[in-house]
Amino acid sequence: MSQNGPMNPQRPETAAAFVPANGWAIELEKINRRFGDVHANKDIDLKIARGTIHGIVGENGAGKSTLMSILYGFYTADSGTIRVNGTPQAITDSRHALKLGIGMVHQHFMLVDNFTVLENIVLGAEDSGLIKPSLDRARKELNRLEQEYDLEVNPDAIIEDISVGQQQRVEILKALYRGAETLILDEPTGVLTPKEADDLFRVLETLRKQGKTVILITHKLREIMAITDSVSIMRQGQMVATLKTAETNPEQIAELMVGRRVLLRVDKKPATPGKTLLEVQNLVVADDMGVTRVKDVSFAVRAGEIVGIAGVSGNGQSELLESISGMRDQKSGHVLVKGEPLSLDGDDGAARARQAGLAHVPEDRQRMGLVTNFAEWENAILGYQDTPAYGAGPFLDIAAAKKAAADHIKLFDVRPANINLKSSLFSGGNQQKIVLAREMEQDPDVLVIGQPTRGVDIGAIEFIHNEIIKMRDEGKAILLVSVELDEIRSLADRILVMFDGVIVGEADPATATEGELGLMMAGINSKAAPRGLGIAEQGPLP
Amino acid sequence: MDIATILSILDATIRLSTPLLLACLAGLYSERAGIFDIGLEGKMLAAAFAAGAVAAVTGSAWMGLLAGMAVSLGTALLQGVAAITLKGNQLIAGVAINMLAAGMTTFLGQTWFGQGGRTPPLNEGGRFSVITLPFASELSGVPIIGPIYADLISGHYLLVYIGFIMVAVTAYVLYRTRFGLRLRAVGENPKAVDTAGISVVALRYQAVIITGLLCGLAGAYFSIAQGSGFGNNMTAGKGYIALAALIFAKWKPVPAMFTCLLFGFLDALQIRLQSARLGGIEIPVQAIQALPYVLTVILLAGFIGKAVGPKAGGVPYTKER
Repeated sequence: MSQNGPMNPQRPETAAAFVPANGWAIELEKINRRFGDVHANKDIDLKIARGTIHGIVGENGAGKSTLMSILYGFYTADSGTIRVNGTPQAITDSRHALKLGIGMVHQHFMLVDNFTVLENIVLGAEDSGLIKPSLDRARKELNRLEQEYDLEVNPDAIIEDISVGQQQRVEILKALYRGAETLILDEPTGVLTPKEADDLFRVLETLRKQGKTVILITHKLREIMAITDSVSIMRQGQMVATLKTAETNPEQIAELMVGRRVLLRVDKKPATPGKTLLEVQNLVVADDMGVTRVKDVSFAVRAGEIVGIAGVSGNGQSELLESISGMRDQKSGHVLVKGEPLSLDGDDGAARARQAGLAHVPEDRQRMGLVTNFAEWENAILGYQDTPAYGAGPFLDIAAAKKAAADHIKLFDVRPANINLKSSLFSGGNQQKIVLAREMEQDPDVLVIGQPTRGVDIGAIEFIHNEIIKMRDEGKAILLVSVELDEIRSLADRILVMFDGVIVGEADPATATEGELGLMMAGINSKAAPRGLGIAEQGPLP
Repeated sequence: MDIATILSILDATIRLSTPLLLACLAGLYSERAGIFDIGLEGKMLAAAFAAGAVAAVTGSAWMGLLAGMAVSLGTALLQGVAAITLKGNQLIAGVAINMLAAGMTTFLGQTWFGQGGRTPPLNEGGRFSVITLPFASELSGVPIIGPIYADLISGHYLLVYIGFIMVAVTAYVLYRTRFGLRLRAVGENPKAVDTAGISVVALRYQAVIITGLLCGLAGAYFSIAQGSGFGNNMTAGKGYIALAALIFAKWKPVPAMFTCLLFGFLDALQIRLQSARLGGIEIPVQAIQALPYVLTVILLAGFIGKAVGPKAGGVPYTKER
């Protein structure tokens, strides 16, 4: 591995003589694991001090999850030593790991959706053949844990009825109920609202105070800086460095993760807006259940500007996006592209929107942006398969499609550069690049983007942001919806804040503070007169 | 219609429901564990043949029952290996079992007994006889309760009682025991079970074994209790109806019992209605015989609402990257 450039990683071996005050909870030595041709973990060394929060960062596919799955016994290492509390252990399965006091909260929760909280906690840790005594004991124990760690959750609630944040608490409680001393959390905030993430961090701090060890896998540097004591950085299956959080900074970590300098701030010129390309007038949209989610929304996006829509997830942004892009019928109101009203009703609304020059990068690339079972080249033309460029009549010009796919891959640096690879085998960031390339390369006048960098790693985020800015500078109108406030603030030229289906205010990203935006996102508008905007009723967040 | 007629239809209902119920409960175990079982029919048919053949040769109903259960268990394990260990398509594994059973039973029956696939008629000991519950004759004089007890509840084959007891047993196992909790979990989210340190494969095999044993009881009922000897395609699609009942009952044991009773009732009614006349025209017997099947389809399509089965049903479990 070449480690040139200005970085100066502190190699783990140099700290070998040092023993922390509370000793090591976990020590990994020369861990190797291959999946076929992929060397997912190469000679990994890692030591984690007891009673600390230790972050592990790395891009998608760097081997973080594999390493933690080995520690948790979900996979076994091909070679290497694991020491728990100083004693070498061969962790063969999850049950064994649990017995050693290692618990894991997976990125995708391992809960049975139609079970109660209590049943989920007891599953696999039953005391006897009948479950009643276990459930009773768990109820008592839960009560105690709730008080000790401030983890409130209704033991009789059914999992599918409670929020994602609460489901995560159940996972944490599950681990604590099994006597976990070391808790591994895999990308815990990916699915949480900012408020839920704050709650989670408070819980983690309580855990640390009680002497538990926490391993936090993430690719959000903010979280690393905010909560961890030390941080290990992985890249391409190798451990690059382990640093004390207090002695490093986000730029250094990002550089170690990606292997080159990364610009965390977006560089852009001031916008020079031209004529209005996208106009939304009095739009009202309902969701699948018939509940009105977008309530009389109007705004315009001009050529050469990026309008960002901020808001806590679930305040109508998704329905707004789906409606503008022709995927969801509107109850009333109009969408105008280049001054022409767009008819979006019916099942082919999305096709008509595309014909009118409006391209759409959906929020959920796996569900709406790609057919994950298709080869890359098939996805590269999806939605545009009827255009003359890709064939006449009922026939597909496969050569043309493959050529387009190859061009996209080159332009957007999609890896691996293989147009025949199944789309589900690309990492999240590369999948997103496939979708972005497809939509951007059609040269649309209006680009509507939802969550452009959700689940995308740092290097790709930088690339995607630059592409969006480039589109803007070419005079396109861009509507950006994101729950990442940082992203909105760095990309958008104007910010509209959405709350409960209504645009509650507009802000200038150059001057608005995070606090002001946060208040607006909670439905409280300090600047504008709320009466005129129809947000008199300030109920709880939906 | 007098009370005697009603009682006799209800009596037939119980008799006709029993194999459905046993098969339905059998299916419940494997489907709750996340294995779609379209092979109930084949397992029952194989068991019916084995029970009939062994009972005919040995002259013992008990030996027949054991043989039926053993063959059904073997068939279930074959299906289990395909669906669990080899991670094959569960639908196709089930269909294969059905075709194998249909062909093998006829072929072996003809080869061994030379009666066109039938097994020889059974003598007294080769068949289960009905059980008269205590005080049945003493109570029969009591109005209403007497005939209900003596004619409806008493006087069935052992397997009938086993079938209905199994409903309570299944409900208890499913909702009150550790095994039941894990069984329900593995059909919903096997990964949750795996990460909790429980073997998904072992759990699914256990479910498949129970399914096999119960299918054995159901199959034996056809040839050595209700019937006297095995006949070609004796189960006549009852395995599919049991599967329909399972879906209709949303994979729950007590509703499964009522659904099977309903389907059994339709069957009993059908037998009653044969040679019935409608406005002077005799209804073709085939049309009436088809009635329970038609009603099954209508019930499933119209009344069930959205049937959400075990979420992981039909998907072989792999630890993927």
